[in-house]
Amino acid sequence: MALDSKIPEGPLADKWTSHKFKSKLVNPANKRKYDIIVVGTGLAGASAAASFGELGYNVKSFCFQDSPRRAHSIAAQGGINAAKNYQNDGDSVFRLFYDTIKGGDYRGREANIHRLAEVSVNIIDQCVAQGVPFARDYGGLLDNRSFGGAQVSRTFYARGQTGQQLLLGAYSALSRQVATGKVKLYARTEMLDVVIIDGQARGIVTRNLITGEIESHSAHAVVLATGGYGNVFFLSTNAMGSNVTAAWRAHKKGAFFGNPCYTQIHPTCIPVSGDHQSKLTLMSESLRNDGRIWVPKEAVKGLKAADAAKIAEEDRDYYLERKYPAFGNLVPRDVASRNAKQMCDAGKGVGATGLAVFLDFSDAIKRDGLETIKGKYGNLFDMYQQITGDNPYEMPMMIYPAVHYTMGGLWVDYNLMTSVPGLYAAGEANFSDHGANRLGASALMQGLADGYFVLPYTIGDYLANMPYDKIPTDHEAFQTAEKEVKDRIQKLLSINGTKTVDDFHKELGHIMWEHCGMARNAEGLKLAKEKIKALREEFWKNVKVLGDNEEMNMSLEKANRVADFIELGELMVDDAFNRRESCGGHFREESQTPEGEALRIDDEFSYVAAWEYQGEGQDAKLHKEELEFENVKLTQRSYK
Amino acid sequence: MNLKLKIWRQKNANDKGAFESYDVSDVSPDMSFLEMLDVLNEDLSRDGKDPVHFDHDCREGICGMCSLYINGKPHGPKDAVTTCQLHMRSFKDGDIIVIEPWRASAFPVHKDLVVDRSSFDRIIQAGGYVNVNTGGVPDANEIAIPKTIADQAMDAAQCIGCGACVAACKNASAMLFTAAKVSQLALLPQGQTERHTRVERMVAQMEEEGFGNCTNTGACSAVCPKEIGQEHIARLNREYIGAKAASDNV
Ligand SMILES: Cc1cc2nc3c(=O)[nH]c(=O)nc-3n(C[C@H](O)[C@H](O)[C@H](O)COP(=O)(O)OP(=O)(O)OC[C@H]3O[C@@H](n4cnc5c(N)ncnc54)[C@H](O)[C@@H]3O)c2cc1C
Ligand code: SF4
Ligand code: FES
Repeated sequence: MALDSKIPEGPLADKWTSHKFKSKLVNPANKRKYDIIVVGTGLAGASAAASFGELGYNVKSFCFQDSPRRAHSIAAQGGINAAKNYQNDGDSVFRLFYDTIKGGDYRGREANIHRLAEVSVNIIDQCVAQGVPFARDYGGLLDNRSFGGAQVSRTFYARGQTGQQLLLGAYSALSRQVATGKVKLYARTEMLDVVIIDGQARGIVTRNLITGEIESHSAHAVVLATGGYGNVFFLSTNAMGSNVTAAWRAHKKGAFFGNPCYTQIHPTCIPVSGDHQSKLTLMSESLRNDGRIWVPKEAVKGLKAADAAKIAEEDRDYYLERKYPAFGNLVPRDVASRNAKQMCDAGKGVGATGLAVFLDFSDAIKRDGLETIKGKYGNLFDMYQQITGDNPYEMPMMIYPAVHYTMGGLWVDYNLMTSVPGLYAAGEANFSDHGANRLGASALMQGLADGYFVLPYTIGDYLANMPYDKIPTDHEAFQTAEKEVKDRIQKLLSINGTKTVDDFHKELGHIMWEHCGMARNAEGLKLAKEKIKALREEFWKNVKVLGDNEEMNMSLEKANRVADFIELGELMVDDAFNRRESCGGHFREESQTPEGEALRIDDEFSYVAAWEYQGEGQDAKLHKEELEFENVKLTQRSYK
Repeated sequence: MNLKLKIWRQKNANDKGAFESYDVSDVSPDMSFLEMLDVLNEDLSRDGKDPVHFDHDCREGICGMCSLYINGKPHGPKDAVTTCQLHMRSFKDGDIIVIEPWRASAFPVHKDLVVDRSSFDRIIQAGGYVNVNTGGVPDANEIAIPKTIADQAMDAAQCIGCGACVAACKNASAMLFTAAKVSQLALLPQGQTERHTRVERMVAQMEEEGFGNCTNTGACSAVCPKEIGQEHIARLNREYIGAKAASDNV
């Protein structure tokens, strides 16, 4: 099957407008004849489901949490970008487009990214109209800040809870449609398979997480807005339930997986404190505006934050300031992360585990005064103290990079349709707009762009060609899919081995972090592949899943998800092995400049790697979507 | 440290349920409360026993999914944090910790410590929104909103929908939760058009769900992890009286 990205003809800035005009429309009176399934109620899913309902389609909306309002988008802190240029500081749609494509290290699609920048301005209007309480200045107009090293102030925010407020906005729009009866909600319901009939996605199979009931749902189109898969690493900043199952089952039914190895590692997270650790907490990137990052020049074993002051100034290595004098502590996320890892690998890490570096505010407190620092970062400092027991006003924080976001995801064309007709992917679940590295405050923008402003147009174009007839769920294809789901659950429950699901998940995470994390090389990746294969075999022989299907069973829920993570892990390793260049968040050790910086190889790797499933135990097949750059010139990033 | 846990176990909504005791040892002060329960659950699983079911997701105090009644207090002994943000350094060796689900007839137990809070979603569906469709809205800066008003609206909007306010209230009232949304939208210009119908509908839904009446004890605000204050309840009451006086809606 050939990949067709369906990018419209014409000049970059006109593509979306002309595409919308050329898209077919569904007559208002006919919209009620179509059913759409939306899996996921994060920014992407809730905004899509609400907008479809408003247009008149019948929508079924699914999430595994107890309420749509709890989707992982709720946890986003920093903000959302939009090219409003309210600050008159030189922002524009083209500049946001340019920053995004450059930030993604030239591994994203021009047309998609330009569309994202175009609709970014509508998002802010929409959210304000819903009553999202964005921060305002004293004149009552919207406030902005500069985020993640951007040279313009284009980030809108609501205290440190931007994701929460945007999601509650989308949730309110969704709730309004639930009240009108256009959207039916299925909370605590997990999608376990997608059903394809005559080559088109026509429904899903779900498990009710309270009763265990396996059910089928039929529709004319299916949208997956199921978030990212960072939890393949076990430890990440994602919510505990974030998983790849929906995307992975779709992949196994024919949807290509794009750039699976593209993961974003965030430099400022609270380090791991012990084996019991269940997740990692992100500390806002803004801390790097005032904090100075350092390690001792000579390794000091187990150096505590409380003893940091004993290290004399001349014995400290402010390594980012030393190596990148122009940007210092504000180098991009990937550079900051990689350097922290290098320091720790060289034995200079601090803290009990040696896997941490200091982020020190003592100079900032001296310069600006305690009150100023408190005003800027009070909440974050309190949170840090709550978690670690250390007081960052008195001693440096300890930080370490952690998995944060996955740029990879289901491959989609310009219409956000996967390689399976009628199956769409939106938000973090698709691969589309961030290339090999996502800029801060751009995921929220993309989720809402997809749901409010892209899918409502593109799905209409598809449905306009669909007959109205509904497929009953006793159709053979639904029955087969249900049986597969039930058989798999029975198998998981019957193994009754000796290791818990978490044991396997931790082991997988360890392999992925070690060999397919911030830095990779061919040898490590080969080893990882073997280890994952062995882990998978062991899982299906020796996992212990308790209880029955017909009850609330969190051990079974996790087992279902971890089984998919293990398979995904193998594909990520294949993808990382294939991409023999350093780009974006990934450092491929074989591909570096003489100074040890990341080296992209444009003539060989300017493509999207889209992987096609080939069957149990078979290697996936690689398809390449060549990326064409007509509006930007490719340059190597340099922060010296 | 070593601890004794007394945990409410209940197989499903129809089961009567009872407390069971568990000993956990070698608990590190750096663990979060939920990580301590993870460790217990791993031990139970290895022994072939059903792990203790509890709700959680973000573990950062923002999704509102976690919900334990710890030693008689929703979200445990510390003020202004959720259960997932509580760390074991708040306890000491030898402590006995009693862990129960939220108790309210509008929050029936699904299993162990997991309850059904879909009544909250239905209160929002009754009117917790502004009636705007996607597209066709004015430029965001067309409506100026004084910073103080925007800040107060944000104070109310911070509610995470956890339900601790209900669990703490002797009447199991959902007044603080409902007030937080009513107050946010009543403060903002965007919420004015439906101001009266909104409060009437949301309060009617709250009553229909079986939540109790508010007798202004303030227990809700005292346990609210987001410190949503009593002034929002006062605003709801004013809105409600205003609505009743002004209209014959609903
Ligand atoms: C700590 C943190 C801070 C962040 N801060 C920022 C920021 O400041 N700015 C920014 O732009 N981005 C930020 N991000 C990234 C951003 O929050 C996410 O990328 C984005 O919110 C993802 O939205 P989504 O709608 O795609 O998916 P999610 O919000 O993850 O939603 C996924 C949905 O899918 C459902 N689901 C998943 N699988 C299934 C299944 N099998 N069956 C049924 N339902 C399922 C879930 O229930 C949920 O409703 C941050 C991320 C983290 C972790
Ligand atoms: S008002 Fe406070 S306690 Fe009640 S649901 Fe909201 S956040 Fe929780
Ligand atoms: S788990 Fe999200 S608030 Fe506690």
